[in-house]
Amino acid sequence: MTQDLSGTFNEMMNGADIRAAYSNLERWHNEMPADLRSLKQHEAENLFRRVGITFAVYGEGGDPERLIPFDMFPRVFTAAEWRRLDRGIRQRAAALNAFLADVYDRREIIRAGRIPEHLVTRNAAFEKAVVGVRPPRNVWSHIVGIDIVRTGRDQFYVLEDNCRTPSGVSYMLQNREIMMRMFPQLFVDNRIAPVDGYAALLKKTLASVAPQKCEGEPNVVILTPGQFNSAYYEHSFLADLMGVELVEGQDLFVEGDFVWMKTTEGPQKVDVIYRRIDDAFLDPLCFRADSMLGVPGLMNVYRSGGVSICSAPGAGVADDKAIYTFVPEMVRFYLGEAPILENVPTWQCAKPDECQYVLEHLDELVVKEVHGSGGYGMLVGPKADRAQIDAFHAKITERPENYIAQPTLALSTCPTFVEEGIAPRHVDLRPYCLVGETIELVPGGLTRVALKEGSLVVNSSQGGGVKDTWVLAD
Amino acid sequence: MLSRTASHLYWMARYIERAETTARLLQVGARNALLPDIGGGFRNDWEAILQATGSLHAFRDKYGETKQRNIETFMFFDTENPSSVASCLAMARENARVVRTALTSQVWDGLNGAYQELQEFHRTERSRMQLTDLTEWTMNACALARGGIASTQLRNDGYYFMGLGFSIERGDNTARLLDVKYYVLLPSLSYVGSGLDQTQWVTLLRSMSAHRAFNWTYRGEITAAKIAHFVILNTKFPRSLLNSVQMTVDSLDHLSRGYGQPSRAQSVARALLAELAEAQVEDIFDEGLHEFLTRFTRQNAEIAGTIQDTYLQGEPA
Amino acid sequence: MKLHVRHETRYAFDAPVKRLVQSHRLWPADNAAQRVLSWSVDVPGGVVGASFRDGAGDMTQTVSVRGPVTELTVTVEGQIETADTAGVLKGHRELVPPSAYLTATRRTALTAELRGLSRDALDGLEGAGTLDRAHALMRAVANAIAFVPGETEPATTASEALNGGQGVCQDHTHVLIAIAQAADIPARYVTGYLLSTADSVGDEAGHAWAELWVDGLGWVGFDAANRKCPDATYVRLGSGFDSHDAAPIRGVLHGQAGETLGVSVSVSQAGQAQQQSQGAGQRQQ
Repeated sequence: MTQDLSGTFNEMMNGADIRAAYSNLERWHNEMPADLRSLKQHEAENLFRRVGITFAVYGEGGDPERLIPFDMFPRVFTAAEWRRLDRGIRQRAAALNAFLADVYDRREIIRAGRIPEHLVTRNAAFEKAVVGVRPPRNVWSHIVGIDIVRTGRDQFYVLEDNCRTPSGVSYMLQNREIMMRMFPQLFVDNRIAPVDGYAALLKKTLASVAPQKCEGEPNVVILTPGQFNSAYYEHSFLADLMGVELVEGQDLFVEGDFVWMKTTEGPQKVDVIYRRIDDAFLDPLCFRADSMLGVPGLMNVYRSGGVSICSAPGAGVADDKAIYTFVPEMVRFYLGEAPILENVPTWQCAKPDECQYVLEHLDELVVKEVHGSGGYGMLVGPKADRAQIDAFHAKITERPENYIAQPTLALSTCPTFVEEGIAPRHVDLRPYCLVGETIELVPGGLTRVALKEGSLVVNSSQGGGVKDTWVLAD
Repeated sequence: MLSRTASHLYWMARYIERAETTARLLQVGARNALLPDIGGGFRNDWEAILQATGSLHAFRDKYGETKQRNIETFMFFDTENPSSVASCLAMARENARVVRTALTSQVWDGLNGAYQELQEFHRTERSRMQLTDLTEWTMNACALARGGIASTQLRNDGYYFMGLGFSIERGDNTARLLDVKYYVLLPSLSYVGSGLDQTQWVTLLRSMSAHRAFNWTYRGEITAAKIAHFVILNTKFPRSLLNSVQMTVDSLDHLSRGYGQPSRAQSVARALLAELAEAQVEDIFDEGLHEFLTRFTRQNAEIAGTIQDTYLQGEPA
Repeated sequence: MKLHVRHETRYAFDAPVKRLVQSHRLWPADNAAQRVLSWSVDVPGGVVGASFRDGAGDMTQTVSVRGPVTELTVTVEGQIETADTAGVLKGHRELVPPSAYLTATRRTALTAELRGLSRDALDGLEGAGTLDRAHALMRAVANAIAFVPGETEPATTASEALNGGQGVCQDHTHVLIAIAQAADIPARYVTGYLLSTADSVGDEAGHAWAELWVDGLGWVGFDAANRKCPDATYVRLGSGFDSHDAAPIRGVLHGQAGETLGVSVSVSQAGQAQQQSQGAGQRQQ
């Protein structure tokens, strides 16, 4: 299926003209012999496989250690474009954290009537167990991944927020490493802001939220569900870059007021846990009793101030798709500022009149499950056939509160290598904002690209690829 | 170091060593099968090999008759057999994968490469593969991983946990190889000292790549006493029991020094080393070789258990 | 009324346990209906730590035991002064919003039968206040489920209990929570102790009842098993979504061991003869 791209913002081309930010890249591409290109593509794949940056998909047959396709054509932002994104992202991360601190404390935003109470307190991600908890510096979401799409020269929309444990940052770092290794001259010819400070900033952020009881240098660890998790590579990659231990639940235990790590020299106290497992599995004594991944008693130590958990349990209530609609309101309410980044207009199927509109316009809208992720449970109206639309009609009618709908956005395109040269493909962007003592953001993020012609779904589980993302210096 | 990390490194080394031993056993078996059939002959030889890896029952349940081709499949390719070369290399690689960041790329590439090649073998027509090629391939793959460790790994605690894995497993495996020969291969004592006995001892030496080393070390006729001395007490032979315990003690000493704390594992290992250093071949034959080997295996396992309790659990008793 | 409580929980493991961790909610919080005079929780061999008051106002403490152990005893003993507030929870400091207790769990999940029970109970009470509606719901539960020990187990759900028509205080409470939530009344599970009287039931190993949110009054206790609101014979320990979430002791064993549980609770009026009740159960870890 080919899509009419005339209404789509092309990040490289302005009509027949090349935009300045891409002029070097265009020359680079034109001068690259075809055989070199396939050689480099092969080299990149080998590098990814060598470092083991694979995307594990177990239980689906085929190669259990799959590579996410890497497209060598970088995506470029000018310094001016990035400045605005940077301010918008930091603002949003601050507002989301203020919201979390508020809903588990005095719930001022609800009292003020800005957000309906039931959307918060009856939300599946709202944790009664952490009401009244005040984590160090009152930070709840320490790594905020904000998914952004572009539809015009100055038009950016936030698609969704990820306040729990956004993944993919290892690709941001590796994509850059591999590009620098394969095409060093590009980095001489262009002044590209570096992203490799991310690991140090992450460690600084995590250390800055150590509990008050911690004396001296905090002991930071990453808690992984284990080697069979699809993001295990990223967990071990980040642990290695930060120089911290990668632990599983079985490596930790609770005794007295603290959490301890089992080492060859005996138990060692743990101060900050960057967890990459869901709330439900953190502690069988507090959440799911059948969890084998967690640490019994962990939540008690956390709630009594003996350890920090990043992101804080309960942080998921801020990135729910039903709450999403209210993020601009949070910015106004907590920060007293006008939101810099816009939300995509969203219809709440929970509201009867909006639901009616959605049901009547399913062929134009994108419908998402409120709690879904990874591009599953989603309807892209203009690309769907009659049967798919009918199926969603039935699902929405059955449980309207489970769905929201958005207009089908004309996602911007970026040149991408295809069989016969380059062609425009739709992209999005996930920057990673770090919140601790300070708010930090490396210039860049993960650009995901829908490799199939005309496709708008960029998720790696659905045939998406990744690109290096450049922010040019002034 | 995280106890689990130490444990993965330790087991990675044990599985590398074990893969190699299985390959060596296959070699012994294949060579013994070429010898004349005396008293039970062919079938018994293979059963003895299977017994040495503790998998005779599993084999019988799955394949029934002890045909050489079935045994090759079982001991090399069969992933349901935990001591097959394929299983051991997969386990070694899996342990390595979990602690990737604690390994140099040489070590990882070595193990991962071997694993990938093994997957190729699975897809290759069996008739195109010779048993000797497979066993030699295994020993080369293990040597590559070992060499990577020796030449590139940092000499930190992780290195010595790998060292412990190699030496503990090696002691156990040498004792098993020896026990196969002495205890199981000979159903009645009348064969001791006969021509067959001689040939089979030589095969055993070959399986440890020690045939020529033996001849250089000991002059004259091959006797049971000389072989026992060589495989158990010789300080120069890298696979001797004495040497494996010496390596264990060395690794434990390094760990204790690094941690600034003596360990119980150290004293247990030193006690065994002291006993072996003093032992005479005559004493061993007086005790009975099989009895001696059984006792050694138990003591070696006790060291392993103490290492487990001291370091790999993370909660010193 | 001055009550004396002694609550002993004995665990026997059929194999030595390497490490054991428990989360205890065994301390009554002071409120208008109760004031602790003395209280202790004793766990010989256990390391106590990580204690805090949670958002629902309940004291929580963590106990860990380094094994190997084959048995463990938790002994709660204390004196408490109680008063009758007609079941109304006053002076209890908490932060969790009542609307959070409109969320069902596996044990309190609604079914058509439970919705039906709720609807029938409130038939004709459309204009009535929440308090009257709550009383009607409690009566409906008491009528629907006969107090019969031994017919249900800890994992029994509200729906299963209703279908069986028999159960203990845990089952009454789950059903009451479910049908209250069906009527949009926040409801939660409360654990505690009860001074047995000639006509009271629910004296197996501690007691449980529900609290329903009544606008204007706040949380009000409803003990469907005894068809009454808690009075001075009740001691309130803690609350949660259901029996699992509110459990006074939650624990995890490291190691594959079966566990035999022995519980004895005695509640007496200080200065008077003790009444003792016993319960025992088996659990496989």
